[in-house]
Amino acid sequence: MKTVEEIKSAIEAAVPGAGVEILLNPGPSGQHSLVLRREGAIEVATFLRDDPELALDFLSNVSGVDWPDKEIAEKVKVTRQVVKTVDGVEQTVDETVEETHKRVEPGYLEAVYHLYSMEKKHGPVILRMRTVNRIDKVELPSLTPIWRSAEFQEREIFDLYGIVFTGHPDLRRILMWDGFKDHPMRRDYVEPDDFEYEPTAHDEVLARAQEHKSGEQGTGIRDQEAAKAATATGAGQ
Amino acid sequence: MAVEEGLKIELGKQGVFVTSLQELYNWGRRSSVWPMQFGLACCAIEMIATTMARYDMARFGAEIFRPSPRQADMMIISGTVTKKMAPQVVRLYNQMAEPKYVIAMGACAISGGPFKQGYNVLKGIDRYIPVDVHIPGCPPRPEALLQALITLQKKIDGQPLTGEGRPRFLDADAQGEFPVPAQGEHDLEPTSNVGVWPVPLVVK
Repeated sequence: MKTVEEIKSAIEAAVPGAGVEILLNPGPSGQHSLVLRREGAIEVATFLRDDPELALDFLSNVSGVDWPDKEIAEKVKVTRQVVKTVDGVEQTVDETVEETHKRVEPGYLEAVYHLYSMEKKHGPVILRMRTVNRIDKVELPSLTPIWRSAEFQEREIFDLYGIVFTGHPDLRRILMWDGFKDHPMRRDYVEPDDFEYEPTAHDEVLARAQEHKSGEQGTGIRDQEAAKAATATGAGQ
Repeated sequence: MAVEEGLKIELGKQGVFVTSLQELYNWGRRSSVWPMQFGLACCAIEMIATTMARYDMARFGAEIFRPSPRQADMMIISGTVTKKMAPQVVRLYNQMAEPKYVIAMGACAISGGPFKQGYNVLKGIDRYIPVDVHIPGCPPRPEALLQALITLQKKIDGQPLTGEGRPRFLDADAQGEFPVPAQGEHDLEPTSNVGVWPVPLVVK
């Protein structure tokens, strides 16, 4: 089978302006993946399926990944001119200070596609697509028109991660009910506060149960909303 | 007026069968407990095994699994109740005709079991409907389900027809219908039926 670099150059030859990037996997498996741009993803996917050499006709698996906002602290050495009094005389001296800069790298949601070829008996080729952010710009092009087997898995990702797949024929929640508002697999999901009674509580569960019992107000999202509503009505009166 | 046990045996030897209306009535009820035909998870496989030739639930009069709640007397909650499924389970229970009984089969039906901390797992069906017999196990063996059925039959046998402790269908004031929880934006609403499941006090 072609290496990732060869696949990348094949894609770039067939689909001009595809903008595919290689994401190396440093682990022992060495399964490197291709990061697709949202705009040209459909064309690239069609090429991967229809190209006679690659013939990736089988989509085995679609996964969702949530990458939350990451705070990165960097230590930078800064040289400044400082006025100091040396032997009673004011002098300008260069001083090197180490400063910590903090910046927040915005998070995003990611869909990972694992492709194989039944015809050529090779694979996997791994595709990744990333959303702009994880709040409002969460659209990705659906690859269901290319591989039908993506349909339910993209619905599941929509349900649990909240990625909106544009072009999906039937994008509804698949595991949770329709009126459900959260996305349970996201890292910032707040679980419902079910901790009122724990007969054999231990570890994390014990901590959550004690937290529930200690305060008048629970820790669950329901309790938080109730508290919010209470303060809102209190302000109205 | 109850007949003495010794006198009953003595009369039986003479070919006279004496009983009370309550005993006869309960004997009839407990000998034909028809379960409802539905399974929720892997416990259902054990439930099916219980009905088949090796364990043969028919010996206890509970062989006819009814596919309609209208014809069933007993509901076996056989498996994990998800929050998506819970309203349907409560609705099916409401649709059953009295007298009706519930067996919570396995760790999941009792408390959520190994999936207890899941965001979509109901932590015990007894939060919404009254459960008569709980069977522990993951999944319980068919013998355990038979034991639960026998326990339920003993419970039916012991129910008086009048006065305190009479079954729900003979008590006009008893609660007959149980509110179906709504699927809210974050969780089921309400999260439990306080009339059925008062939040247990944990003594420290």
